[in-house]
Amino acid sequence: MTIGLEHYLILSTVLFSIGLYGALAKRNAVVILMSIELMLNAVNIAMVAFSRYIVPLLLTGQVFVIFIMVVAAAEVAVGLAIIMAIYRHRETIDATKIDLMKW
Amino acid sequence: MLGLNIAFWVLAIVVIAAALAVVLFRDVFRAALSMVLCFLAVAGIYITLSADFLAAVQVLIYVGAISVLIILAIMLTREVQRGSPSNRLRIPAFIVALLFLVGVGFAMLSTPWQVSVAPPLEPTTPALAGLLFSEGGFILPVEIAPVLLLATILGAIVLVREK
Repeated sequence: MTIGLEHYLILSTVLFSIGLYGALAKRNAVVILMSIELMLNAVNIAMVAFSRYIVPLLLTGQVFVIFIMVVAAAEVAVGLAIIMAIYRHRETIDATKIDLMKW
Repeated sequence: MLGLNIAFWVLAIVVIAAALAVVLFRDVFRAALSMVLCFLAVAGIYITLSADFLAAVQVLIYVGAISVLIILAIMLTREVQRGSPSNRLRIPAFIVALLFLVGVGFAMLSTPWQVSVAPPLEPTTPALAGLLFSEGGFILPVEIAPVLLLATILGAIVLVREK
């Protein structure tokens, strides 16, 4: 059995589900950020697979992946800066205790 | 072709196992290290998809930069002793993730994709450069990206700066 588009899509779905579980179920804010990175990587795999198997000569999916990487790098920098600021003020990065803006 | 198949299965297993380790390890630092492994295996997946430039970019940005940032944040926040416990929504989160997996997996498998038989473009770097920098390509997003990065750098500096 040769590897086709579906294999990559299922791999991407599984990786996204793992990242989704981590983002929803974890307390540590850094681990939540890591799970979000996993989800972005899953989307990138799906993009490259579509680009490879549906339009192999256009490469549009790969260009999209480059922009997703740019935005992911920006997101991680700002997210970690916010975590640092919160840690400096409250001495914790437990996401269940950071509830100042809740209700 | 057989080598490609074996490479895909090995890399897919490494990706899934490392991602599970990120979510399940109690030790935050070990979770970060297995995230690095996951990113490396994703770079290998890009190579099996004949996206050579993206594999190099993945290693540079994710393995090189983002993981260093995250490990630095772990060391600076001293939350390592507390580990990475789950909150009380663990079971609902698992159910949501499982529902997502089943639903999207079913949709992916039941959609009749129009797979092209054309061989992939190799190497991809000149074609990507042409697409990114030529007129009628993606030149406007390329010019907006530095503005976003500049705003990010300024925002991060303002957020972390001591008063």
